[in-house]
This record gives sequence, C-alpha cells and structure tokens, in this order.
Amino acid sequence: MKNKVVTPDEKQINRRITKNTFAKGIFFLGTLFGIIVLAALLIRIFTQGIGYLDFDFLSNFASRRPEDAGIRAAILGTVWIMSITIPVSLILGVSTSIYLEEYAPKNKFTHFIELNLANLAGVPSVVFGLLGLTIFVRLLEMGRSILAGGLTMSLLILPVIVVASKEAIRSIPQEQYEAAYAMGATKWQIIRTVVLPAATPGILTGAILSLSRGVGETASLLMIGAMTFIAYIPASVLDGFTVLPIQIFSWASRPQTEFQAVAAAGSIVLLVILIVMNSLAIFIRNKYSKRY
Amino acid sequence: MRMTNFVKIGASLSAALLLAACGTPPEDENNAETNDEPSEGITGSVQVDGSSTVFPIMEGVAEEFSIENPKARATIGVSGSGGGFEKFIAGETDISNASRPIKEEEAALLEEADIEYTEFKIALDGLSLVVNPENDWVDYLTLDELYAIWAEEGDADTWADVRDGWPDEEIELFSPGTDSGTYDYFDEVILDGDQIERDASLSEDDNILVQGVQGSPNGLAYFGYAYYAENMDTVKIVPIKNSKGEIVEPNSETIQDGSYEPLSRPLFIYVKHESMEDNDTAYEFAKYSLEMAGEMADEVGYVALKDSIYEESLETLESLR
Repeated sequence: MKNKVVTPDEKQINRRITKNTFAKGIFFLGTLFGIIVLAALLIRIFTQGIGYLDFDFLSNFASRRPEDAGIRAAILGTVWIMSITIPVSLILGVSTSIYLEEYAPKNKFTHFIELNLANLAGVPSVVFGLLGLTIFVRLLEMGRSILAGGLTMSLLILPVIVVASKEAIRSIPQEQYEAAYAMGATKWQIIRTVVLPAATPGILTGAILSLSRGVGETASLLMIGAMTFIAYIPASVLDGFTVLPIQIFSWASRPQTEFQAVAAAGSIVLLVILIVMNSLAIFIRNKYSKRY
Repeated sequence: MRMTNFVKIGASLSAALLLAACGTPPEDENNAETNDEPSEGITGSVQVDGSSTVFPIMEGVAEEFSIENPKARATIGVSGSGGGFEKFIAGETDISNASRPIKEEEAALLEEADIEYTEFKIALDGLSLVVNPENDWVDYLTLDELYAIWAEEGDADTWADVRDGWPDEEIELFSPGTDSGTYDYFDEVILDGDQIERDASLSEDDNILVQGVQGSPNGLAYFGYAYYAENMDTVKIVPIKNSKGEIVEPNSETIQDGSYEPLSRPLFIYVKHESMEDNDTAYEFAKYSLEMAGEMADEVGYVALKDSIYEESLETLESLR
C-alpha cells in the first residue's frame, strides 16, 4: 500500500479557518451572554439596594416602613437553621457515603440505592418541603419551628453531600488501601487514618457548596411556613423563624416601590454570604487537596 | 493527623454557627434602650397566621406591639386565607387573618374541633380595575360589562365588543392567581363562580399585574387598592357603576362609606375564644390590633373602617374575657 500524501488546497484550509472562527465566535457570544446578564443583574441590584444597606439594615427587624426595615430576624433565622443543618447533614451524609463505599456489598440493592441517591439530588426542593411539612411539622408535631426547618433543609442537601463524599472517597488510590492492609490495619483503622483524611477536602467542598444552596433556598421552607414576621430573637429550636431569601421574596411582592429597593439590599447581603461560603469551599479545596 | 483536620474543620464550622446562634440572645437583652417605658410584663407568645393581603396591617401591628412589649413574642405567618384557617382549625394559631369571610365548610370543621371564635373586621380594601394610561376611551365600566370581559362565557373579547365606538383591539387581561382571596372575591361578585377568561394572565405576584398593564395599551387588570395607590402615575383607574347607578372610583372615602361597591371588601381577623381567656399575650395582641388597625391600614395602603366599628369590636372583645 502506498501512502497517499494529502496536500490540502488553500480552499480547504480557508474553509477550516472559517469554521474555526465561527465556532470561536459562538462560544464567545455564549460566554458574553452569561456575563452580560449577570452584570446587568448585579448592577441593578446594587444601584437599587445600596442606599438601604447600612448597619441599621442588619440590626433592625422587618418593618412596615421601608426605611426602618431590616434583616435581623432573617439573618438569625438563617444562622439557626444552618446550626442544625450542618451537623445533621454532615454526620448523616458522611456516614452514609462511608457505609456505601467501604462496607456495603456491591449488589443490585446497593446499586439501586446509589441510583436513587443521585436522583434525589435532582428532586425539586418544594417536594422536600412537603415531606418536611408532613413528617416533621405534622407527624412529629415540631410545629413550624427552627428544628423542623433545619431537618427539612438537611434532607434537601443530604443527597448532594452523599454523592460528593462518595466521589471523594472513590478517588482515593487503591494503593493506599493495599499499603494499609499490608500493615495489618482493620477496616475502621483504614477509614480513620486513610480514607477520611484523604477525602476531607472533597467532602468539605461538596458540603459547603450544598450548604450555600441551602442558604439561598426558599421553596421548601415556604412550605413549612417560614414566611413570617418575627420581632424577637429565637431562643430555642422550637421557635418560629424566617430566613433571608424568604424575607427578600416577601418584600419584593409589596406594592410600595421602596420595598423593592429593600429587597435588593437584602439580595446584596445574601450574595455576599454566598460568595464568602463559596470562596471558603475553594480555599479548602486548594489548601488540602494537593497531598499526593 | 489528617483525621484531626477533618474533625477540626467540620466541628469548627458547625460550632461557629451554633455559637453565633446561641450567643445572640444575651446581646439583645442588654440592648434595653428601646425599652424606656417599663413594660407591663407581657412575656407570652401569640401565633397569628393567614392572608397575605392582611399581612402588611398585622406586620405593622406586631411591630408596634413588640416595641411596647419587648418580651412578648408575636409571630405573624403568611399562608393565605385558606391556609390560615387550616392552621386555625388544627388549633395551631390564636388569631387567623382572612381577606374573605370564613367558608361554611371551614366553620363546620371548627365546630367539629370544638373551637369557638369571633370574627372582627379590621380594614377595607377596594379591588381596583386599571388600564394603561394610553387608554383614553374607557370612562367607566358596569358590572355586566365586567362579566362580559372577564368570564370565559362572556361575549366581549375586544374593546369594540364592550361598547360601540371603542377600538377593535383585543383586551389583554391580568388577574391575581386563583389561590388569592382577591381572586375569590372577584370570582364571587363579578364572575358569579363562572370560569374566568382562559386567555387571562394569572400571577400570584400583584406587581407583575401592574407591570402587565403598564406594558400593554389594551391591558386591563384588577388588584388590591394598595397596588393602585402606589402606581397612580403609571396606570389609569377605571370607575365602576355601582348598584345605585352612580359612577364611583375607589379612594379612601368611597371605600369607607361603602359607595364603591360591590368591589370593596372587608378584611378580617378571627380570634379564638380560648386564647382570649387563657393567653394574656393573645388577648392584648388582639386588643392592640383593633386599636391600631385603622392607622396601620391607612399607612400600608388600605382603608380604615369607621371609628365606631372598631369601638364596637373592642367592646365585643372585652366581653370575651
């Protein structure tokens, strides 16, 4: 067989260059579109809300007067909810993923469970809200409390944490296990000294990202009745609550245009919280992930 | 070693938040500057829930109540009139807000649950019909014309169908969503329970309705008076011919004296007798609501009732003790 030497003529080359330019243009426009929309949104929120953003806004309760309205109850509500959600979802989520990856036999049943976990991560949050309303609020008689809200939120983000943790555990090189077994380590010793340390950055990154989803979450908490006016500091987990995104939603639907600006100011605060949380996730990933 | 990293980071994250959450109450108790008049010592809590229409009034009431009674805990939820009654029936709330009177089946369930209650009117709202400012032909509408426009069975699709000489342009309708008490009321007095025009755009967010009319020269929408009062410059009100044949437009006088009918509607609170007797905070809150409702109503865009009605209500409330 003779090798046929193909010499592309100039026409062909030009056509390929045109295609390339065309593709580049489309991708550039796609990126540009996203950035412009984001910029427009940010500019609008900031120009509208910045005037209401001061210390009083953070330290006041909600009010019928836009100039007095503040997000104190909403921020505290968010903090309370997170103080339940973080331990519950981390402990349950990490345990589940360790069990599934390290202990559970690989059969059809566990495969079925894993498939469902991945599906759960895509279930609309309002469905979790209904679940929380039925189980925590009504059946377990927790009422429309911080406890019910925090547990509902834990359920909501649990699948994401489990999937992220499983991924982190699975990416640990097999050699590390073999080395540990060779030293005579038991399963628990391996989990404690090999698996968890190596998987921590992955687990924490996943956890923080899903928690920041939780911070911005509205629908599920609306279902369990978090759209409230509260002018006191919750003192126990059985008190009522409201959270930042719901407070913003409530203001945005008011007739007075000033409240739209107050809602924008609330959005700025929410954005800042989310940026801080996401930066933390990136920081943790970068700091701990280059171990081998 | 690395194990400790995991524990450290995880624990410190949740501990930080826990601390933040638990650490706040004392800070607030020291913050006694708002508490310059000695409080009567109301320290209990009151649960209020219900209509989103009534919410701004009750929010104002609760705000003032909390300033006067810093240790009392008033929670005002927003579940809609129906959702509010659901909780009222379940015995979860002391006071239920509603933008419509209680329904027969709800009253029956309350009786079944052995819950006695009293209804109080706390303010008035006037459903306002508005069009785009470019619309210079509509001078007023009658109830029959409204039915023709809004009902699916009605025979007016264009302005020309409504009255001769009006432009032959299709009317674009904007209505509050079917979950709202506003829709219920309109359905009752104008549509008489018939199906609303299927082409109408429904939204639970009244600001969307306002924007709809602002952006559409042939738009027509209805919503609570507060939304009209806030947007007087950008939408045009449509006066209504009332049952006496007078042409009235909604404003605080016509709504209060009842001449803007049938589109004026009262807003209610329902109080549970048991809570009034046993729960001082609930009683004081209900009393405070009736005393302040008129002022709050004006402030947030509704219309106060006549003073005599509030006085009567207060007497009734006191007799429940």
